[in-house]
Amino acid sequence: MKYWVKKELKPPHGKVYIIEDRCKGCGFCIEFCPQQVLQESEEFNSRGYHPPKLVENDKKCIGCSFCSLVCPEFAIYIEKEEENED
Amino acid sequence: MEIEGEHHPLDEYLRADRIPHIWCPGCGLGTVLNGFLHALEETDIDLKNLAIVSGIGCTGRIAGYINVDSYHTTHGRAIPFATGLKLANPKLKVVVISGDGDLFAIGGNHFIHAARRNIDMTVICVNNYNYGMTGGQLGPTTPLESKTTTTPYGNIEHPFNLCHVAHASGAVYVARWTALHARRMKDSIKEALNKKGFSFVEIIASCPTTYGRRNKMPTGLDTMKYYKEKSVIKHGIEPEKADIEIGGEIIVGKFVDIEKPTFNEEVEKLIRRFHK
Amino acid sequence: MRIEFYNGNVASAEGAIHAGCKFFAGYPITPSTEIAEHMALRLPQVGGVFIQMEDELASMAAILGASWGGVKSMTATSGPGFSLMMENIGLGAMTETPCVIVNVQRGGPSTGMPTLVGQADVMQARWGSHGDYEIIALSPSSPQECFDMTIRAFNLAEEYRVPVIILMDESVAHMSEKVMIPDEKDIKLVERKKASVPPSEYLPYKADDFVPEMACAGEGYNVHVTGLTHDEKGYPQATSPEVQEKLVRRLCDKIRENEEKIRDIEEIEMEDAKIALVSFGISARSCKSAMKKARKDGYKVGIIRLKTIWPFPEKYFEEISEKVKKFIVVEINYGQIKLEVERMVGRKKVVLLPKMGGDIHKPEEIYGKIKEVHNGN
Repeated sequence: MKYWVKKELKPPHGKVYIIEDRCKGCGFCIEFCPQQVLQESEEFNSRGYHPPKLVENDKKCIGCSFCSLVCPEFAIYIEKEEENED
Repeated sequence: MEIEGEHHPLDEYLRADRIPHIWCPGCGLGTVLNGFLHALEETDIDLKNLAIVSGIGCTGRIAGYINVDSYHTTHGRAIPFATGLKLANPKLKVVVISGDGDLFAIGGNHFIHAARRNIDMTVICVNNYNYGMTGGQLGPTTPLESKTTTTPYGNIEHPFNLCHVAHASGAVYVARWTALHARRMKDSIKEALNKKGFSFVEIIASCPTTYGRRNKMPTGLDTMKYYKEKSVIKHGIEPEKADIEIGGEIIVGKFVDIEKPTFNEEVEKLIRRFHK
Repeated sequence: MRIEFYNGNVASAEGAIHAGCKFFAGYPITPSTEIAEHMALRLPQVGGVFIQMEDELASMAAILGASWGGVKSMTATSGPGFSLMMENIGLGAMTETPCVIVNVQRGGPSTGMPTLVGQADVMQARWGSHGDYEIIALSPSSPQECFDMTIRAFNLAEEYRVPVIILMDESVAHMSEKVMIPDEKDIKLVERKKASVPPSEYLPYKADDFVPEMACAGEGYNVHVTGLTHDEKGYPQATSPEVQEKLVRRLCDKIRENEEKIRDIEEIEMEDAKIALVSFGISARSCKSAMKKARKDGYKVGIIRLKTIWPFPEKYFEEISEKVKKFIVVEINYGQIKLEVERMVGRKKVVLLPKMGGDIHKPEEIYGKIKEVHNGN
């Protein structure tokens, strides 16, 4: 598709915030992240659930906030980053 | 590394001192509450004039988590309570959020009559196919053949198609989504909130603890994957063609969006006759 | 001041209008329907809202909602509809929602005698909803009192934040008499206590003198109102016996401790009475006629007419039983207020003159009972 683009577009980035102790480990955010940037943590939170954590390469979040919308526990949210820090 | 979050952007809309909520892991109710608050964030509604009314059941607890004037009423009677609230103070934006059993079994009569009168309110029904709080009994939307604690051999009752009921009763806005359609659900709720008259949004949501595990979907995630596999978006379809059957496709979308005078407008007209 | 010729139902509806009622939700039922009809006519004229609901469950729920919307609200019904209202009357008691319910009593149980008189919902008014709570119930004996007491019912509802029941009966409701309507300035109205502190300091169920301040929808207080056991913040505490203890005690005590203030009894010829006729509503009028004849014949009879039925005037009966030898309870049921009188003065002093419904007591029957009781002494 590059020939359509005059200027190179950089995909948006998001910072993932997790309020670990609110998580009940339903896995919605992990399963339905379109970029698959989340995985289940091996650690327990204070209530005995496994909250999500980022996969190794955390650059992949595009800040779509679907995780934040689908989370039943208000335990995850995204802040969009203005510029890429390449 | 992910960052330790402290203050969720929606916390200002929540009674954050009551979070975590009582709902089970994998329950879709939190997602609906989340979608509702995101929708609210995108409207111009003055929170001071927003009132949430709910009935009894798991969904009935939703009112208690939203940091606005909120009323947790009796089983089935959220809509008439909300009717009184709205008619007494027309400035209020009144939203009823309750479950399928509360709104369509014990409260079914109130639903059809409020829709018929076109009372200016938004009704959001979280349909999880069963009575969750009492342990998973047959509800008015339980699909045929489903197992519940009171249909141990499979459900032999025909369920309601809630959107069809809403449409047939006169609702001016009717939409259905599943909890998986988080963004579209949010958009529909926003449209409903901005709509004048009786607007209705049905959200099909997981109940792993009492419905799912008896029906081969033991986790909320299983149910969400099922929604992903079975849902088909058909905007504008006649709601009567959107029945829900076990294993069949789940038709979602915006089905109805019409205009007609509301009860509140008619009342105001009547009062103006005496107060010119 | 003006004079009208009203039946009890219309008088009650007019009383509501004069009390500042701005919302009525109801469902047609004999013999109360004229109240709904009159409210449908009058409310739009005063800027209020009338709505005919789909049933009495909805009517009761709607008036609670309207009250939280900030207006004075009312419904009217009769026995079968009153039964349907019970759950939400409980919600009203639990959430401390001011509102007025008129029950025009007819013969029961069940569909009973829709067009004829009864007084058998006395105990239902007190105990009809589940759980422990206290309620206020008034009983008018004339269209004038229907007017006056409806105003008082609203005042009590606002003052104590409790559903107030007007236990009318079919005879009073359908009896037309002269009703004096005072000028607006001469009608004393009570309004609910509003929140007096800013939202950050406000606790919706904190009460220093039994009755909490009320912040209605749209006032910026973000109040949570629930029928679940709740703390001072209004938050559910459904598994805390301590919170339940405190809440239920207050809900009951705010009425019990104010019984003398709420009490309204008409005493007729009680100064030297040895026999007291205890009655209310239409039955008290038959008593008057019987008493006059009995007095003429030398019997020392008086009347205790209960204008307030609930809370029951316990101390009053305790005190008066010291000088009264016998109490004849005249009521159109098989002994409901009788139980209360017995509880206070002892069974030996109480005689019941019941009627099962459909007809009122004739003065001669009451006179006969007075003679019988007198001779038995």
